[in-house]
Amino acid sequence: MRAPAILFLVYWSLGVASAADSCVTCHSAMEGDTKGPATLIKNDVHFAHGLSCADCHGGDRSSDDPTIAMSKAKGFKGKPARTAIPRFCASCHANPDIMRKFAPAERVDQYELYQTSVHGKRLAAGDANVATCIDCHSVHDIRAVKDSLSPVHPLHVAETCSRCHSDKLKMAPYKIPTNQFEEYRSSVHWEAMTKRGDLSAPSCASCHGNHGAKPPDVESVAAVCGTCHVTFEALYEKSVHQAVFSGAGGGGGCIVCHSNHGIHQPSTAMLVGPNAVCSACHDAGTGPAKTAAQMAAWIDGLDGALKQSETVLARAEEYGMEVSEAQVRLLDGRENLVKSRLALHAIDPGQMRQPIDAGMAIARETLAAGQAALREKDFRRWGLAVSVILIGIAILAIRFLIRRIEANGSREARGPQQGPL
Amino acid sequence: MPATEPKSKLPDWLDERTGWRMVRDLADHKVVPIHAGTAWYYFGGITLFLFGIQVITGVLLLLYYRPSVAEAFDSVRFIMTRVEFGWLIRSIHSWSANLLILAAFVHMFSVVFTHAYRRPRELTWLTGIALLGLMLGFGFSGYLLPWNQISYFATKVGTDMAASVPVAGPAMARFLRGGEDVGAATLTRFFAFHVMILPLIAFGLVGLHLLLVQFHGMSTPSGVSASQLAQMKFFPNFFLRELMIWYGVLAVLGTLAAIFPWELGLKADPFASAPAGIRPEWYFLAEFYTLKLIPSHVWFFEGELLGLLGFGLLAAGWVALPFWAASRSGDHRARLVTGAGVFLICYLATFTILGYLK
Amino acid sequence: MATQPESGLTPASGSRQDRRTVVSWLLGGGVAASLASFFYPVVRFVNPPAVSEASVNEVDAGKVQDLKPNSGKIVKFGNKPALLVRISDTEWKAFSAVCTHLNCTVQYRESRRDIWCACHNGTYDLNGRVESGPPPRPLEELVVQVRGDQVVITRRA
Repeated sequence: MRAPAILFLVYWSLGVASAADSCVTCHSAMEGDTKGPATLIKNDVHFAHGLSCADCHGGDRSSDDPTIAMSKAKGFKGKPARTAIPRFCASCHANPDIMRKFAPAERVDQYELYQTSVHGKRLAAGDANVATCIDCHSVHDIRAVKDSLSPVHPLHVAETCSRCHSDKLKMAPYKIPTNQFEEYRSSVHWEAMTKRGDLSAPSCASCHGNHGAKPPDVESVAAVCGTCHVTFEALYEKSVHQAVFSGAGGGGGCIVCHSNHGIHQPSTAMLVGPNAVCSACHDAGTGPAKTAAQMAAWIDGLDGALKQSETVLARAEEYGMEVSEAQVRLLDGRENLVKSRLALHAIDPGQMRQPIDAGMAIARETLAAGQAALREKDFRRWGLAVSVILIGIAILAIRFLIRRIEANGSREARGPQQGPL
Repeated sequence: MPATEPKSKLPDWLDERTGWRMVRDLADHKVVPIHAGTAWYYFGGITLFLFGIQVITGVLLLLYYRPSVAEAFDSVRFIMTRVEFGWLIRSIHSWSANLLILAAFVHMFSVVFTHAYRRPRELTWLTGIALLGLMLGFGFSGYLLPWNQISYFATKVGTDMAASVPVAGPAMARFLRGGEDVGAATLTRFFAFHVMILPLIAFGLVGLHLLLVQFHGMSTPSGVSASQLAQMKFFPNFFLRELMIWYGVLAVLGTLAAIFPWELGLKADPFASAPAGIRPEWYFLAEFYTLKLIPSHVWFFEGELLGLLGFGLLAAGWVALPFWAASRSGDHRARLVTGAGVFLICYLATFTILGYLK
Repeated sequence: MATQPESGLTPASGSRQDRRTVVSWLLGGGVAASLASFFYPVVRFVNPPAVSEASVNEVDAGKVQDLKPNSGKIVKFGNKPALLVRISDTEWKAFSAVCTHLNCTVQYRESRRDIWCACHNGTYDLNGRVESGPPPRPLEELVVQVRGDQVVITRRA
C-alpha cells in the first residue's frame, strides 16, 4: 500500500511543478532558438529570485496549452521590439515599489539616465542599431553585476562595449572611431585591472557613465579624472594649462597630454625628447620649453641619485653590513620623488623645488651611509689581512722554537731522527 | 735568599693540593710514533680544536641570540649588523661547523685506512662514530636556529625524511619537531638540543674518547709495533706542531669569515612556497640526492623506504667495522676494510657533487 | 721561551746570540699580537652595543601633555614611522604610519578626524580601515599605553 502512494505523490508533485511553469517545460523540449531561453534562464538572477518567463513576457504559465499560455487575453506580450526594450525593462526596474521587494538598495534611475545618453536619444529617434539593455546585460541569462561571468562585471565592461565600438561596420554610419578598446588595452588602467586585479581601476563606464553613457565634455574631463586623481586635478585647476585645455576647443583637459584611452605610464620622456608632449605646443628654446626641460632634469636627477644610493646600499648589504636604517630613509626619498612628479602638474617649478630638494638631501645622506658601510667592509678585510700576517708570524715563531728545541736531537724519546716534519 | 724562592713554593703548594705534577709526568710520557702516516695524527686534534672554536663562538652567540620564532631572525641580524665583531663571530661559527664535520670525516677515514680501529681500540672507534653522529646532529639542529627560509625548509625536508622511516619514523619526527609541523616548538627543541643536550653528551663522549686514546697510546700501522718505530714526544714537540696547524686553521676560518660572510637570508615564512632547489647542507646532500634518485617504487617496495633501509644497514655495518674487520683466525681483513673505505668515500663524494649540480 | 738557553746547547757567539734574541723577541711579540687580535674582537663582542634591542616592540612616545586632543604626531618605531593620535583627553590610538598603497607616510587630519595620505589621497578612519582612495589594506594598529604621564606605544601581542 505504501509504494503506490509514494509514487502517486511523486508524480503529482512533478505535475504540480511542471504545471507551475509550462513556459520552461515546453520550451526545454524544443530545438534551436526556441529552446535557448529555457536553458539560459537557469543562470538568470531574476529566475533565482523566483521570477520567470511570464513575469516579463506575460501569459499564463500554469497552462500546458500554448494557445492559452501565450494568449493576449492572458497578457502575453511576446518578444518586444528593440526600440521598446528599455521601456520593457524599466517597467520593473524604474519602479521603486517593485524593486524594493527584491533589491531595496538598488538604483531605479537607469532608464532615466539611459534616455539622456547617446544610445537612448538615438533609440528614441528610431535607430534600432544602438545598444539597449539586453546588448550589455544579455537576455534570459542576466547575471548580477558582481557575478564574474556577467558581461557588465568590471573586468568585462570594456570587452562588452567593444563588441559594437570596435566594429568598423557598425560604427561607420556614426563616424565613431573604433580603436578605443585596442588603445585601452595598452593602458595602465587595463593593466591595473587585469594584471593586478584592481577592480577599482577605471574602464569605459567609469569615465563615460554606464546607463547615461556619453563622452564627458571638454571642461569636465579634469573632474572626471579627478574622481581618483584628486591632487592632480586640484593642482591642474590652478595651473596655467587649465584655461587652455579645459576651454572650448582646448582638447579636453588631462587627455591633451595623457590621452584618453591609451593612457600609459608617464615619464620624463613626456617633458623632453622626441616624444615630448610639451613640444606639441611649445617651440624649443621658449620659456615653457625651458621650464619643461628643467622639471625633467630635476626629476631624472633625483631618480638617478636615489638609484645610486640604492645600488651602493644593496652592495653593502650583500657584504653583511648594517644599512637597514639608510634603506628606510631612502623610502622617504622615493616619496619625495612621487611628490615632485605630482607637483609638476602645477606647471610651476617653484612648487617642485621643495620635494626635489628634500629628496636630493636624502639621496646624499643615504649615499654617504652606504659608502661608510663599504669603507667598514674594507676595514674588516684589512683587519683580516693583519690577523693573517700576525698568525703567520706566530707560526714562524713556533717553527723557530721547534727547531731550537730539537737542534740537539731532543725530539725523540729514542731512535734516530726521521719523520715527515 | 734568591728572589725566586717564593715562586717555586707555589708549584709545591699546588702539587700538594691537586697533584698536578702527576698529570704533568703522565703527559711527559706521551709519545707519537714517527712513520709515513704520522701526519694523519693531526686530524683528531684539528677536530677537537674546531669543536673548541664552536663552543667558544657558540657561547658568545648565546649572549645575543633569542630562540623564539618572533625574535630569532632579528637577533641574528642584530648580531651580524649591530654587535661589534658579531659578523665575525657568527661567520666563524657557521664556517667552523662545516670545517669541523669535514675534519671529523677526514679523521675517521684516516683511522679506517691506517686501521687504527683494530683491537684493543674498538671502543675508541665506537665513541668516535657516536661523536660523528653528534656533530651531524649539531649541524642539523644549529642550522634551524637563524630561522630563515632556507633553514626552515631544509628542516622540513629533513624531518619529513625522518618521518618516512618505517615503524618508528612518525614518532621520531614528532619528537624532533615538537609537534606535527616544523614551528615554534621545533625551534625551542632544537635550541635545547644544540646548546645543552648535545653538548653534554658530546663533552662526555669526547672525554671518554680522549681518555681511551691516552690509555691505548697512539696506534701504529698494521704489522709494525711501537717498539720498532722512532717516537716523538707529544709535549712539547708534537704539540707545538699541532699549534702551528691550529693557527693555520684559524687563519683559514678568519679568511672565510671576512671574505665569504655567512648570509642572513630571508626571514622564514611557513606560508611561502619552498625556495626552488631547496636542499640540505652538504654533509646531508649525498643521502638526500640518493633518495631523490631512487624511483618511487622498486618491485613492490616503496623507494624511499628502501633507501632509508639501505642507509640504516650501511650505518650499522660501518659502526660495527672493528668487529667484522677482525677475522676469527686473528688475521685482519685489511684489504676488505680499505676497499669499503674507498667505496664509501667515492659514493659520498660523487653524490655530494651530484647533489650540488642538480 | 725567548731567551732561556736549552740544555746541551753550546753558547753561540755574541752577535749570533744577539740576532737570535732580537728575532725571538720579534716572534714572541708576533705571537702575543696574534693572541691579542683574537681577544680584542671577543672583548668588543661581549660589550653590548649602543642599541641593545634587536627588534623594537616598545617605544616612548613622549608625555601626555605634549599632544592635544584631536591631534596626531609621527613617532619613530624601530626604523619605521608610527602615527600617534590623541582622539580625546583619554582616548589614544596608534598605527603604523606607512601607507599600504605605496608606502608614503600618512598624517592625522584634524578637520575631518581621519588619517590621510597626501600622496594619492588615501584616507583611513580612526580604526585604521580604508575609507576611500587607493590603499588596499588597513593600517596596522599599535597599542598605546599611558603610564602615569608617559605615553608608550607597543606592538600588538
